[in-house]
Amino acid sequence: MEIFVQQLINGLTLGSIYGLIAIGYTMVFGIIGMVNFAHGDVFMVSAFTGLICILLLTTVLGMSSIFLILAITLVVAMIFTGLVSWTIERVAYRPLRGSFRLAPMISAIGMSIFLSNFVQVAQGPRNKPIPPMVTDVIVLMERDGYQVTLAYKQVIIMAVTAGLLVVFWWLVQKTSLGRAQRACEQDRKMAALLGVNVDRTISLTFVIGAALAAVAGVMYLMYYGVVNFADGFVPGVKAFTAAVLGGIGSLPGAVLGGLLIGLIETFWSAYFSIEYKDVAAFSILVVVLIFMPQGLLGRPEVEKV
Amino acid sequence: MASAGPVDVQDPGLLNSSGSAAGPPVGRPARREAPRLKRAAGDALASGLLTFFVLLPLVGFHATESGTGSLMLDYRFGLVGVFALVVTAGRLVLNLTVWRERGASRRVARVPPASVAEAEAVASPWPRLGAALSSLVKPAFFGIAIAYPLIAVTLVGGLGPSRYWIDLGIYILTYVMLGWGLNIVVGLAGLLDLGYVAFYAVGAYTFALLSTSVPINDFLAGHLGDDFWKAWSFWVCLPLSGLLAAFWGVILGFPVLRLRGDYLAIVTLAFGEIIRLVLINWVSLTNGGAGIASIPPITFFGMPFTSGEGGFAETFGLTYDSMHRMIFLYFVILGLAALTALVTVRLRKMPVGRAWEALREDEIACRSLGINTTLTKLTAFAIGAMFGGFAGAFFAVRVRFVSPESFTFMESAVILAIVVLGGMGSQMGVAAAAILLIGGMEMLRNLSFLKSAWLFGPDFDPTLYRMLIFGFAMVAVMVWRPRGLVANRMPTVFLKERKSVSGSLVKEGHG
Amino acid sequence: MCAAPAAPSARSWDADPILVVDHLSMRFGGLIAVNDVSFRAGRGDVTAVIGPNGAGKTTVFNCITGFYKPSAGRLAMNHGGPVSATELTAVTAAGEAWARTAKGAVYLLERLPDHKVASWARVARTFQNIRLFSGMTVLENLLVAQHMSLSDAGLLSPAALIGLPSWRRKQKVAVERAVYWLEKTHLVHRADDPAGDLAYGDQRRLEIARAMCTEPVLLCLDEPAAGLNPRESAALNALLLSIRAEHATSVLLIEHDMSVVMEISDHVVVLEYGGKIADGTPDEVRHDPRVIASYLGVDDEEEAVAEAKATKALSAEANP
Repeated sequence: MEIFVQQLINGLTLGSIYGLIAIGYTMVFGIIGMVNFAHGDVFMVSAFTGLICILLLTTVLGMSSIFLILAITLVVAMIFTGLVSWTIERVAYRPLRGSFRLAPMISAIGMSIFLSNFVQVAQGPRNKPIPPMVTDVIVLMERDGYQVTLAYKQVIIMAVTAGLLVVFWWLVQKTSLGRAQRACEQDRKMAALLGVNVDRTISLTFVIGAALAAVAGVMYLMYYGVVNFADGFVPGVKAFTAAVLGGIGSLPGAVLGGLLIGLIETFWSAYFSIEYKDVAAFSILVVVLIFMPQGLLGRPEVEKV
Repeated sequence: MASAGPVDVQDPGLLNSSGSAAGPPVGRPARREAPRLKRAAGDALASGLLTFFVLLPLVGFHATESGTGSLMLDYRFGLVGVFALVVTAGRLVLNLTVWRERGASRRVARVPPASVAEAEAVASPWPRLGAALSSLVKPAFFGIAIAYPLIAVTLVGGLGPSRYWIDLGIYILTYVMLGWGLNIVVGLAGLLDLGYVAFYAVGAYTFALLSTSVPINDFLAGHLGDDFWKAWSFWVCLPLSGLLAAFWGVILGFPVLRLRGDYLAIVTLAFGEIIRLVLINWVSLTNGGAGIASIPPITFFGMPFTSGEGGFAETFGLTYDSMHRMIFLYFVILGLAALTALVTVRLRKMPVGRAWEALREDEIACRSLGINTTLTKLTAFAIGAMFGGFAGAFFAVRVRFVSPESFTFMESAVILAIVVLGGMGSQMGVAAAAILLIGGMEMLRNLSFLKSAWLFGPDFDPTLYRMLIFGFAMVAVMVWRPRGLVANRMPTVFLKERKSVSGSLVKEGHG
Repeated sequence: MCAAPAAPSARSWDADPILVVDHLSMRFGGLIAVNDVSFRAGRGDVTAVIGPNGAGKTTVFNCITGFYKPSAGRLAMNHGGPVSATELTAVTAAGEAWARTAKGAVYLLERLPDHKVASWARVARTFQNIRLFSGMTVLENLLVAQHMSLSDAGLLSPAALIGLPSWRRKQKVAVERAVYWLEKTHLVHRADDPAGDLAYGDQRRLEIARAMCTEPVLLCLDEPAAGLNPRESAALNALLLSIRAEHATSVLLIEHDMSVVMEISDHVVVLEYGGKIADGTPDEVRHDPRVIASYLGVDDEEEAVAEAKATKALSAEANP
């Protein structure tokens, strides 16, 4: 029971991070039908931006208020990552709009290779550790020396994720940007004819997706305290898995998928074998897709004859 | 913006960003020259600024390890400035020269998302030339491929020094073969497979495990002689590896083939990763991350490439040279690649091949004509997997060592990039793309001239930049030719005249 | 149970039906697209299914051709000759998808997967929004359709792989059949062009040629005259009549163009709101008060005029 609760907490934390990244995948897929393979690396870039920002604030400017540092870092990472993602869309994807489905995908794979190697060249291949930031924990239960703890940083991660999701939900459901996005999802040509600025909407989608990934990146950095140039791939693939699991194109689905993948991973590691945790995540994806091809919350694909 | 004079009210950056909506087009031709210059300069400045800000966090600051283990910051703002200036200048020059016309037309016709046909018309300048040359390209390619070792040895001057070039040829041909194998699945049948490397791995590990298996060796030693398994293992295992890979193709394919489009892509990706993770973690079988070493080398149909008695050199009266084995390996992979190409050409003319292409064009119409789409997809998957398995066995015998590191997602991505870059379905295109990508990537290893004192200095490590340039090149090539090098499709049968089908009509499949 | 339709047994389509549709219903969630429709298509007849938009015609078609599995009902294809009610009941009760009968075979289409509806029961179809293999040439399109006869030795026959004479002979026959249908549809000069490059009317004819290359027993055409000009429409009529006259293929078609329906069909079935409202010869249907009321919406006297304008009237009256 204690282990269960502990793993539940850990899984939800990890799942929040996956969910935030997954939203970027699912939004981009929804609007232009493209798997943005570079998104995982955008996440990694954001973690590095966060690292630089934290170092700048602590070692150079000598700030000590953890929450202020975190808040500034989040904002800076969101802005810069959004900028990077906007540039990527502009350079690598927009020229390919309206062409062939696989071309942007290959372009995205190329971009993914480029980004991870760019960071390797710019920041070096080693793991970059930061000093532990929020170390306090709340002890929830204790029995036979086994403590169930809820770390403050886990609380922060879940709270920030939940808060962002509310803001984001409002953005997509209630604003004209959200309406334009949904219109572009349905029929891009018609939306353009009705005066929706399609290019701008798509750019903004990339920026929002990247901003959410930036939050995930900073949280990841805070949670694990270390980041490496190759850290984009695995969380990226898992988040994509989460997006598909939840039903690609569905925003609540992405979050649900992220939480599920996080939970599956932590529980599998705790109860079975840590080596096969990724195999478990992928296997569950395969099984779900085979029996439920549209994912958990996706719209079923109706075959028109 | 620095260029804005007192009379100049318009901000060039603003003008650029809202170019299509800004003002009526009346009177434009009269004062065209000046705004163009201004627009070009504004655009260049904007790109320079963007570059500056994008690069600022990760290039402008460098987190370095200090003596105590915690990180410190270095500053490289100068470098960021240099990049920003380079981008500005480059963009300005391009705006005023190459992009002059394009810029004008782009501003006018931004609104409708360019149709595939339009994009095609812009993107393929040589469809006709391609059609005319295509009959010559194939014989020329195979002619050069066959003569390649001779050319390499002659040009470099001797067997020994040509090692690098022969090795490069083998390396490229392996990818040509993998590309052709995946081309069956992606290019012909239109099924997006992101886990092709799984079958490559199955082939490699099948061969590695069987050829190093002590029980098999002992069993066969008792019946067919001590050296039998060492001498013949490759030739026995090659077909086995292909068959086993095909079998895995069927096993993996069967449940997933009713998925469509990107779902199929993600499930194949997941399978690729699962197989790699199992290879890493099933230590008792695969020796885990350490891999399987001491795989017996290839033999000339049972005749070892050794200097001793009964070896290849002695039997044929040659002086022993370790390069004999390399050259033989080259011809083996050339033969395997040629087999892949030939079988594909034949299959395209058969009902199953036509069904693959029809499936790529329209799955529902296929079903209305009585084509069993599941079975058709499965054959494509299995045959593609089989060639992947052959290539895997070859990889194992060439390197004589396999480990899970060789079978990452990156490998799948590179093979897929070769297929898409080549132009889906076109064999010569795929071969050209493999040469370009793999050969190009190898060439990037030889960037040591950058180490010269007047460029970056001797501390500069060019190999670091290899993958960086590779990734960038992938993007650039896709933007340049989204349909791949050879966009046209050659029909398999004709009544009077073989006309190539424009790439804009060819579908890419949904599954 | 095989419920006999109300019509008298003198009708040719009741005596020897090629397709028997019994109590067909199709629901999509809460929507009932087709509600308890029964009709028969006679062997060698041209049977037309008409009705306003949304009447469920295409749904009936998709059920017949196996793309939808009906919610209820039975769809029996009779090869060779009439099948007695007892035989049909026996097959249905046995849970078989098909069975040999005294004169040939019977196939229960609702139990067959779509590709077997085409390859076993030999039902071919065209689509309302044309579905050609646009990146393949016209000739290739017709060869794909002959997939079955070409691959009867298995999908990967080694004879074909190494190009043995037996395989070449088969290939030659297939090309000849394709050329025959290209001549019938006046497309032979376009044989080596990509199908996607053809004009709209040519694409429609090519789709029919492709369906005929599967040597169907029943050819289902979903609005073959849609978007055709009068000249092309007349050519289509001639093609369909020649198919009926020269080939052992019965035709079932959905059509809005009344000139096509009245001119070439032997039997007309009228659907509205997913149910059948009339069933008979073109003359009977034309004078049926319910059809006039719900469908043509004009008086008897104006009928001649209405007929000419029927296409227009239909699209205008589209909302059921």
